Amino acid sequence: MLILEQALNGLQFGLMLFLLAAGLTLVFGVMDMINLAHGSLYMVGAFVAAWLVALTGSFAIGVVGAVALTFVFGMALEIGVLRTLYARDHLSQVLATFALILILNDGTKMIFGNDLPLSAPAALAGPVELLPGLQYPAYRLLILAVGLALAALLWLLVQKTRMGALVRAGASNRTMATAMGTDIGRLFTVVFGIGAALCAVAGALLGPLLAVQVGMGENILILAFVVIVIGGIGSIRGALVGAILVGAVDTLGRTLLQHVLREFLPPQWASAAGPAIASIAVYVFMAIVLAIRPQGLFPARGG
Amino acid sequence: MTAERPGAATNGRAGTLVALAALIAAAIALPWLLRAFGLDFYLSLASRIVVYAIAATSLNLVLGYAGLVSFGHAAFFGLGAYVTAILITEGVQSGPLHLAATVAVAALVAFVIGAISLRTRGVYFIMITLAFAQMLFYLANSVKGYGGDEGLSIRARSLFAFGGQALDLKNPLALYYVALAVLALALVALARFAPSPFGRAVLALRDDDVRAEALGFATYRAKLVVFVVAGALGGIAGALSVNLQGYVSPNALHWTQSGTLMVMVILGGVATVWGGAVGAAALLLLQEVLSATTEHPEFWTGWVLLAIVLFARQGLVGLWTARRPPPLG
Amino acid sequence: MPTRLPRHVVPAAIVAAALASVALPASAADKVKIGFVSTLSGPSSALGIDIRDGFLLAVKLNGGKLGGLPAEVLVSDDQFKPDVAKQLFEKNVKRDKVDFMTGVVFSNIMFAALPEAIDNKVIYISPNAAPSSIAGKDCNPLFFAVSWPNDAYHEAAGQFANTRDLKSVYLVAPNYQAGKDSLAGFKRTFKGQIVGENYTKLGQLDYAAELAEIRAAKPQAVYIFLPGGMGINFIKQYVGAGLGKDTTLLLPGFSADQDVINPVGAAMAGLFNTAHWSPDFSNAANQKFVAEFEKEYKRVPTLYASQGYDAAQLIAAAVRDTKGKLEDQAAVLKALRAARFDSVRGPFKFNTNQYPIQNYYVRTIGNDGKGGLVNKSFNEPILKNHGDAYVQSCPMK
Repeated sequence: MLILEQALNGLQFGLMLFLLAAGLTLVFGVMDMINLAHGSLYMVGAFVAAWLVALTGSFAIGVVGAVALTFVFGMALEIGVLRTLYARDHLSQVLATFALILILNDGTKMIFGNDLPLSAPAALAGPVELLPGLQYPAYRLLILAVGLALAALLWLLVQKTRMGALVRAGASNRTMATAMGTDIGRLFTVVFGIGAALCAVAGALLGPLLAVQVGMGENILILAFVVIVIGGIGSIRGALVGAILVGAVDTLGRTLLQHVLREFLPPQWASAAGPAIASIAVYVFMAIVLAIRPQGLFPARGG
Repeated sequence: MTAERPGAATNGRAGTLVALAALIAAAIALPWLLRAFGLDFYLSLASRIVVYAIAATSLNLVLGYAGLVSFGHAAFFGLGAYVTAILITEGVQSGPLHLAATVAVAALVAFVIGAISLRTRGVYFIMITLAFAQMLFYLANSVKGYGGDEGLSIRARSLFAFGGQALDLKNPLALYYVALAVLALALVALARFAPSPFGRAVLALRDDDVRAEALGFATYRAKLVVFVVAGALGGIAGALSVNLQGYVSPNALHWTQSGTLMVMVILGGVATVWGGAVGAAALLLLQEVLSATTEHPEFWTGWVLLAIVLFARQGLVGLWTARRPPPLG
Repeated sequence: MPTRLPRHVVPAAIVAAALASVALPASAADKVKIGFVSTLSGPSSALGIDIRDGFLLAVKLNGGKLGGLPAEVLVSDDQFKPDVAKQLFEKNVKRDKVDFMTGVVFSNIMFAALPEAIDNKVIYISPNAAPSSIAGKDCNPLFFAVSWPNDAYHEAAGQFANTRDLKSVYLVAPNYQAGKDSLAGFKRTFKGQIVGENYTKLGQLDYAAELAEIRAAKPQAVYIFLPGGMGINFIKQYVGAGLGKDTTLLLPGFSADQDVINPVGAAMAGLFNTAHWSPDFSNAANQKFVAEFEKEYKRVPTLYASQGYDAAQLIAAAVRDTKGKLEDQAAVLKALRAARFDSVRGPFKFNTNQYPIQNYYVRTIGNDGKGGLVNKSFNEPILKNHGDAYVQSCPMK
């Protein structure tokens, strides 16, 4: 029962990570741009959601509104600033997007303050009995449902639509895609906007569980990069598999490891070492993938 | 290889020497100047600038000269700080021992990380150096015996004994001058490295290592040497930093610290001798001024950095050298 | 970033720095300068904000003075970061030349910053964090805890658990000195069985994993020490996971005061907690404090606010008793130790290690008569004239 509950927790975490990684892998794969400010879009989404929920009193309106506004904001950011960075080297992109993190962090603080409260809707505040003896919080089930639905939606988008075909072409071979006449500029803008919207979903949904505060994107950003390296840059499928794997390693590592460590370490040490080892394990996993299969598990890039 | 236009260059060089001499004099006299204005509180800021100048210079070696975008450089800085802090906590106060241990550990870890990472390239190199730094970050978080995520405070500092005299880095003046000396040595070494045969080879392989390899140059080994030296120097900066702060926490190893160091290098000027120092001074002074004058210093810092990326691609040093006609070739 | 230097009372500080170049004694005898560094942003900012508001209220009620001297309080935000707190302390001590430092909420932050005060012979009055090490072997004549020893609320809770005949308890606290102190305190008095002891990351907000563990361990009761935002999230998720029905949730005052009651809401009704103070204490000082606080800030004060208020009163007493001669530190210390002020908690006195000896009470969360919830205390203290377990190791006598 414990393992089942922890597995659900790992899946929930992994799916939210996927939402961030999906946008990131597309931007990196299609536009070949390192965007450190991706985590800031997650933060913006969370803040807008919290603000809208407080304004309207409805959680649903808050989330949907946040997604729409962040979508637009993402596109504006792309057109305004990021477009000029495609031609530059990775180092310049790192510096510019690092600067963007600072601007967005403080900008958010100026508009909304350092943090905003965000609560799960009252209807979902209690548990649901999934199996006799297994009660799981209703709100987390919502997150799982939304995560899975979006994964399916993205798959449909990428595999079955014309735009998806363009994205896949662009991810695997950009010069060829341009040569074949696709309007790369508009495609990039929309792709970036979708990435931002996905971040907003994650930010809004995780807001009640974590805290909506300035700087919340920085920790999860690095994990998203790890996920896309493991999954394969440019691949949505890779991002999903990578995210679930990372979520599983992280959550199960944290919990099961503690049981083992507690046998021979004092509780304070075991409690500190457990999560640390789980985090280290994630990075070791990435290093191994890089060593054996540097393109990632599902490489999107062709020649 | 580089020809120089006669008249302009001699004038340029004389001007540079004068500026350099003035800078050195100011740096040496700084503590007294500050005291004269009652601003001796700011000596710790000056020391912090010098320490970060050393760290940024070490990164510039690997990033600018060797072209290796290492996103985990803060790990060496943090390692140096932790090694020194742990030794002091265990009762070892000898400065030379701290130095030796710092260099040994930082170099060893750099060797291991470099040996593995340098087998990759491009974005994968960036990610794997980041991964190693994060591993060390989590390791630092887990060692409850040495503070864990609460960090480690030290009451004593490094002690250097010469004959009968002792140089205790608890004395702010001593710390400032020791750090300044280390920075000077590092800059001199870097200035001699760039035009040396090894230095030029490293620059060549930064620009095109396929060709360098084809010409028989041991690229992997060269990069590894540079990586290890940079790591060791970063460690020394960390050791000085913990002497200055009296405190080290895993945050010193976090990726945002690596990012900050990279910002300093790019801001100052990649692949220039003064780039790291200028960038460190510029960023820290900018933050200090902004935090005194606005509620939102990070906001304006971000805009300044963005402007530099978009409009001053060669960094601040680039802006300075662009004033004079560049040497031909 | 290597330094995050938040906005500060800088124009005044620059003037002060310019003045400092003229030889002046360490403290200008015409006012008392206090450096106040606390956590004023982030999920646990409610604590720092309340301590600050309580402190400043005391100054205001005294006409902007403490002990007869005009008071200048330099407030800054440590952003929950030890490095930032350290730099702020350095600024206050070296540049602004304050007479007292105070304000820090969290023990880990205080440990990093405290040396800046102590090593420069500046007195630190702690309105909150009071770790066991400084109560014992690391005690210091310049350190005064005006709140409580870290273990105290938890020792009271353990005793209360005994009176309720609870046989098995699962413990949760953050993995830092105060967390360790808290569970050590509980275990010191509790006579039943500890079925689990889980240390979470300081600042952690998602407790899914820990709650699953608790469910699997099936304890009779759960005791947590999770101050600020941590506690708010834990309790919400605890209820969300359906654990509230079969397991009693026991709390220290830190996780059951107004800053937690308001965001969590109805789920808090009926929960028991332990503290040294409650808003319904009937002594004159407290009645005045609560009334003035509600009038000024339009909210019920938390125990943190009461501690801030008492800290200001303690400083005022010292200034008054030394007749403003703050340069004579020995006299100031003597006056502080005597602690002749009317605390809102009732009678107040310091132990030899400069930590309080006082009563601790059980409180329960009930209706405030206006549709909200508030703490109500039981008259009889659960621990009477209680000091701490570490005073014997302190060399100060």
